Amino acid sequence: MDIVDILNVSPYSIDKNEKEKLLNPVLNELTNHHYMNCSQFKKMMDSIGYDFEKEYEYSELPFLPVRLFKMLDLLSVEQKKVVKTMTSSGTTGQTVSRIYLDRTTASNQTKVLAKIVSSFIGQKRVPMIIVDNEEVVKNRKLFSARGAGILGFSMFGSKRMYALDENMELKTEAIIEFLKKHKNEKVFLFGFTFIIWQHFYKQMLEKEIKLDLSKAILIHGGGWKKLINESISSNDFRKRLNSVCGIKSVHDYYGMVEQTGSIYMECEKGHLHAPVFSDIIIRRQTDFSVAEIGERGIIQVLSILAHSYPGHSLLTEDEGVLLGEDDCSCGRKGKYFKIVGRLKNAEIRGCSDTYVQKS
Amino acid sequence: MPRLEAAVIHMYKSLKDIEFIFPKEIDIEAFAEKSSFEPYSEEVVNYLDVLSKELNKDPNIRVYPDVATFSFFCRRANILSIKKKYLSNNFLRLGRGILFHIAPSNVAVNFAYSLLSGLLAGNLNIVRVPSKNFEQIDIISKAIEKISKKSEHEFISSRIVLVRYDRLNSATSYFSSISDVRIIWGGDETISQVRENKIPPRSFDITFADRYSLCAINADEYINEKFPNKIAQGFYNDTYLFDQNACTAPHLLVWLGTKDNVNKAKRIFWDSLYDIVKLNYTVQPVIAVDKLTSFYNQSVNMNQITKSVTPDNLIWRVELQHLSKNIDEFRCSSGYFSEFHATSLSEINKIIDKKYQTLAYYGISNDELNEFMKYEKPKGIDRIVPIGKTSDFSLIWDGIDLINSLSRVIEIK
Repeated sequence: MDIVDILNVSPYSIDKNEKEKLLNPVLNELTNHHYMNCSQFKKMMDSIGYDFEKEYEYSELPFLPVRLFKMLDLLSVEQKKVVKTMTSSGTTGQTVSRIYLDRTTASNQTKVLAKIVSSFIGQKRVPMIIVDNEEVVKNRKLFSARGAGILGFSMFGSKRMYALDENMELKTEAIIEFLKKHKNEKVFLFGFTFIIWQHFYKQMLEKEIKLDLSKAILIHGGGWKKLINESISSNDFRKRLNSVCGIKSVHDYYGMVEQTGSIYMECEKGHLHAPVFSDIIIRRQTDFSVAEIGERGIIQVLSILAHSYPGHSLLTEDEGVLLGEDDCSCGRKGKYFKIVGRLKNAEIRGCSDTYVQKS
Repeated sequence: MPRLEAAVIHMYKSLKDIEFIFPKEIDIEAFAEKSSFEPYSEEVVNYLDVLSKELNKDPNIRVYPDVATFSFFCRRANILSIKKKYLSNNFLRLGRGILFHIAPSNVAVNFAYSLLSGLLAGNLNIVRVPSKNFEQIDIISKAIEKISKKSEHEFISSRIVLVRYDRLNSATSYFSSISDVRIIWGGDETISQVRENKIPPRSFDITFADRYSLCAINADEYINEKFPNKIAQGFYNDTYLFDQNACTAPHLLVWLGTKDNVNKAKRIFWDSLYDIVKLNYTVQPVIAVDKLTSFYNQSVNMNQITKSVTPDNLIWRVELQHLSKNIDEFRCSSGYFSEFHATSLSEINKIIDKKYQTLAYYGISNDELNEFMKYEKPKGIDRIVPIGKTSDFSLIWDGIDLINSLSRVIEIK
């Protein structure tokens, strides 16, 4: 089966067996493609005794730590075919990861994102409120994962407005105007979790702004690190948002620049779901073996989209728990899971630097 | 002196927000006026012996083997035996004056050894202890506090200042400005940051920079070892005890001997190490990812490396086909080792640069080691010790004779 055929499969329609049948050949082929076309990847595979001839189960395929993309320039197509370079800073310091996309990879990412998101907000494009300020996208110097996320999701908006001004103040009147104009339509809100909390929710609360967003759908992502510091759980987040603007449909997503497009959406039951285009495997820290359902471990992500760079199988620095497979009460097939958080920085003994700031 | 006034203001500003651990209050100017004294003076030998006894009285010492080891080192018998070796010439020596010690942040007891060296060499000591609240620091400073109540130890007690402050504090600048020797532990980054603070013209720094250490095992001898567990325990102490992150911890293992013996020795060595690590050590998730990342990065940047099969992430072993100069760039903490089978000790000379500190060994005679250093003249390696002894403190450290460096020679003709 070709990737193109998989792209036509409905995102949450197939069970474990079918998914393995579908993904095993594609992911084996991708590994071999990178082996043939990325000399660094070949050296890595040779060093662990990867067998080019063997058909692996995709859970047995090697995985690269995401941090490697900060240390090495990894690509599996000719440099001149690269149409877009994605960068992200992550949390381990100043170095950025560089992800090189060719035309096919970039366009497949867009297609897959469209398929996943439209299964939540519908096929039709809808009026969209972006909870951020426009500078994030306009100013190329500030352009980041945040900007890329906004641009990526913007394709779902028929009309678009930015909800915050350049001082991150809520543009209350403009929002009321926008909502009035699209009174009978479903409105799509998008933004980064922490920004929604800090600049949308808190301002509405403090300024006692009443908006009716009961028919709107919110998709947000970017991580919970800052909210965990304020001890806000995903449940609190939904409840509190609902209390200020009546919004009922709130969906977090888990994704990363290293595998753009094949994101993991949160369902109505509060579980993150793997679509058919990608998968997660929770691994034990002790030996990288596959963890059981309910067991906490390091998250590995696999995606069939990573063609121009060897990022189809990655070990993240996030911890998560697999909650189940094919049997979420929301009705979606595939694995569902939750994120526990970032892997904690280790407290290492030894004569390390007295003065170096620890992140 | 017109400059003194400026220094006073400077001092006043700098000493805010410093925690004075010992003594609780101090007039630094009066402190600075005190005399230095002769290395291994009776006062200091007595003082250290009392300190050792005081530490042994503390019930907490049983929890902290590092404090116990320090206390053992301070005993009169030990200090006198070191003194005996030291007294080889008849020159009069006196301490250099004020030492400003900057201890590493992640090793609890290191500050005490630094202080001990400073005292033994006859100096006044200002010691910046780690900002982290290690209980070991409390135990030792409590003992120092107690001894300070005894008038017979006033001479030494009054020459010790222990302080704690965070890295952004301007106190470093003030203490630097009055120091005769500044002792900087803790790595390249720290050294360059501390060096932004001036020291007086005749003063100098003793620095302990980032170093790389290795281990050589003669398999022909090792396979006859009756207690491989003991060797493994020693190696465990050299490495895992400080998360393989101390400068003395080996990252590279050089195997010597016939191919058969090396294969056999490796099996015994790693199996017996694994038993100990399995029992005493856990790998944190982020470290497991670190090891995998280091390995792939190494595989890209060196040629033909392979990962040896190990049961889990506790021990990672990387087999090298070639010994290349950049090997020291590919290290990781918490149990990650590169291995190379060399035809002879001299084969490793080509990779040894100034970064190399400790060579741990097994089954190699002192003559061979002497010959290696004398004839190959490697640019690095300052310490050669048996497996298990890499982190033992010695007054000769990193190639520096601390007592001689921290005291001045007086020529009288």
